Amino acid sequence: MDNLNSYLFVSAVLFSLGLFGVITRRNGVAVLMGVELILNAANVNFLAFARFGGMNMAGHVYALFVIVLAAAEAAVALAIIINIFNNFKTINVDDVSELRQ
Amino acid sequence: MITGNIITDFCLLILFLPLLAFAINIFFGKRLPRQGDWVSVGSVLITLILSLSLLMNMFMNWDANFSYEAQFSWIDLGAFKVELGFWVDNITIVMLAVVALISSMTHIFSLEYMKGDIRYSRYYAYLGLFTFSMNGIVLANNLVSLYIFWELVGVSSYLLIAHWFEKHSAADAGKKAFLTNRVGDIGFFIGIMLIFTAIGSFNFQDVFAGVSQGMISGTLLTLAGVGLFMGAVGKSSQFPLHIWLPDAMEGPTPVSALMHAATMVAAGVYLTVRLFPLFSPEALTIIAYVGGFTALFAATIAITQNDIKKVLAYSTVSQLGYMILAVGVGNYVAALFHLLTHAMFKACLFYGSGSVIHAMHHSLHELHDHDTDPQDMRNMGGFKTKMPITHWTMVISTLAISGVPLFSGFLSKDAILAGSLAFAQHHPQHFLLPVFGFGAAAITAFYMFRLIFMTFHGEPKLPKVFEGIHESPKVMTFPLMLLAGLSFFIFYTLPYFNPISDHGWFTELIKAGDSVAPGNPTAHEIYDGVHHAHYPAMALSLLVAGLGIGLSYLMYMKHKFSAENWARKMGFLYKLSLNKYFFDENYNRFLYQPLLKLSRAVAYLDWDLYDKYFINGFGRVTNLLSKITGRIDYDGLDQILVDGVGRSVRRLGKQLKQVQTGRLQNYMLFALVGLIIILVIQTI
Repeated sequence: MDNLNSYLFVSAVLFSLGLFGVITRRNGVAVLMGVELILNAANVNFLAFARFGGMNMAGHVYALFVIVLAAAEAAVALAIIINIFNNFKTINVDDVSELRQ
Repeated sequence: MITGNIITDFCLLILFLPLLAFAINIFFGKRLPRQGDWVSVGSVLITLILSLSLLMNMFMNWDANFSYEAQFSWIDLGAFKVELGFWVDNITIVMLAVVALISSMTHIFSLEYMKGDIRYSRYYAYLGLFTFSMNGIVLANNLVSLYIFWELVGVSSYLLIAHWFEKHSAADAGKKAFLTNRVGDIGFFIGIMLIFTAIGSFNFQDVFAGVSQGMISGTLLTLAGVGLFMGAVGKSSQFPLHIWLPDAMEGPTPVSALMHAATMVAAGVYLTVRLFPLFSPEALTIIAYVGGFTALFAATIAITQNDIKKVLAYSTVSQLGYMILAVGVGNYVAALFHLLTHAMFKACLFYGSGSVIHAMHHSLHELHDHDTDPQDMRNMGGFKTKMPITHWTMVISTLAISGVPLFSGFLSKDAILAGSLAFAQHHPQHFLLPVFGFGAAAITAFYMFRLIFMTFHGEPKLPKVFEGIHESPKVMTFPLMLLAGLSFFIFYTLPYFNPISDHGWFTELIKAGDSVAPGNPTAHEIYDGVHHAHYPAMALSLLVAGLGIGLSYLMYMKHKFSAENWARKMGFLYKLSLNKYFFDENYNRFLYQPLLKLSRAVAYLDWDLYDKYFINGFGRVTNLLSKITGRIDYDGLDQILVDGVGRSVRRLGKQLKQVQTGRLQNYMLFALVGLIIILVIQTI
């Protein structure tokens, strides 16, 4: 388990699962969880390239940035979802389609 | 002494006062007290005073070469320049006095004659317009303003002749006068344009200068002269346009006196006198023959007329012929002289006939007789005792018109006859001219005394009517007496007292100028000829006048010859004369009817052929074409192309709209699919 491909594979699976979650989930919180998965797939990639691809410490720093960003994103997105719930009494994203043509 | 600007002021006043009276009466006449007649009478009397003061001034100056011109620029387009203005010389002054005198007499006479007329104020308004136009003609110093006033005279004469337009014949007479004048005016206009094209000015003096420099000569000058003369033929009622004047007797009698004695018909003579210097010898010969023939021809018609005014009408035509003849033979001062004397005695005769008709009217009115013709001399007779003033004044003017010594007509007629005789002595081939003249003189004496005898002498034909005849009131007899007084020779020969010579203020103050057209004798040569022919002419004219008067006396006073017998014996000639040589009938048959037919044919061509087929066809084709293009535009272009674009855009929008689901996941999926497609393309 010390070659790049294995990490990239794991990362790709994680990304796909996240994307699948984002696309298929109807629950807003679940969609956010998909997004977290995608971000973590990116983190895995950063670290893998840091270890094998010559990114060195830069990859680590980026991973830390992404984690911070993910935290901030989760905070903002959850606040949005709470607001949606307050307004629509639901967090099903399909029902929140006021801007539809 | 009147000079310079004051003359301009006088002329402006003389010209525009009657116009002012016209304007006031036409707009406010009915609301003014007495229907505004005092406005007109007042204005024309002021005009008379001003004119007479100009006349007095002329006597005091005693200057035959007096001439004054004032003008202002009317149209100035650089190369094309028209100036209007006055030209005042002794001829103008005499004419102004004549016009003002006769016009004011007419105004006064009408006070009684037209009393109670339904359009009383309008009548006075038109008199004012007429006087204005006539003064304009007299004062004009150029052909344009002359033409303008010329037409104004035509219009106002139309209005006055057709004053009683409820009467069909009066309305027709007005139209006839106007249209006949138009015929002459066309020639007049052509003449003016010929002159202007050649010389480039309308001003009389410039025109004369241009002619003497030869800027226009030969046939063109003759043509221009004949054209200008045509205007005079129309206005002065010369053959063959004489037909309107007798019909114009339908107008009120004072109007007849005004128009047919002193003003309108005199305008034609005045025109030929004014323009005399530019007539070429050929044009003058034509003028002489037209005038001479008219003089004799109209006189022969007057013999058989029974309507008192018709006799005077033809007599006027005949006398105008005399004047035109005098111009034609070059003795134009005599023409003007006769114009002056004729204005007085002919106006007097017209007023006299008006007085007689007025009396007849009243008498018939009292008898409730509306069928008897008050103008027919066969219904009169013996009025001498009932209307002494009218009788004596008419006798005086009749003596004057017949050319009896001591009266004015003798002097002027003699001058004309001497002129024509002298002309024939110089040009024996024109021997007919004096024959016309002396023949007309004999006939004039005959029919004028016939009028007097039939009206005032003999037994009353209708005793009942005769009972009701009264002398007219003073307003009417005053002009009669004044004008009869002016028919004596003394007023024309002062400061001399020789009753058989026309030598007097007139001949001293109005000197004939030389003709500027090449080929004409000088004024001196003409005068010499006239001087030599003076005594033979006088003897002859006395002889023929005596013959005429004598025959008339024997026929209508003593009944030595029966007029009816003569008429029967010369049936054909009598009918010719009585029916005025069938001029109206022949004009109708050979001129009006073919013209009407032609007009109808042209109208048919225009309306039925041209309009119907060409114009309407054109319209229909255009209509059809536009329907087709309309179809293409609306149904083709608009429906398919324009609307089609809209429709397809809308359809596309409707379809694309469905992509916009509002579901985040869908959008993301689309993004993913798009990303994949981009990646696939890149890898390939």
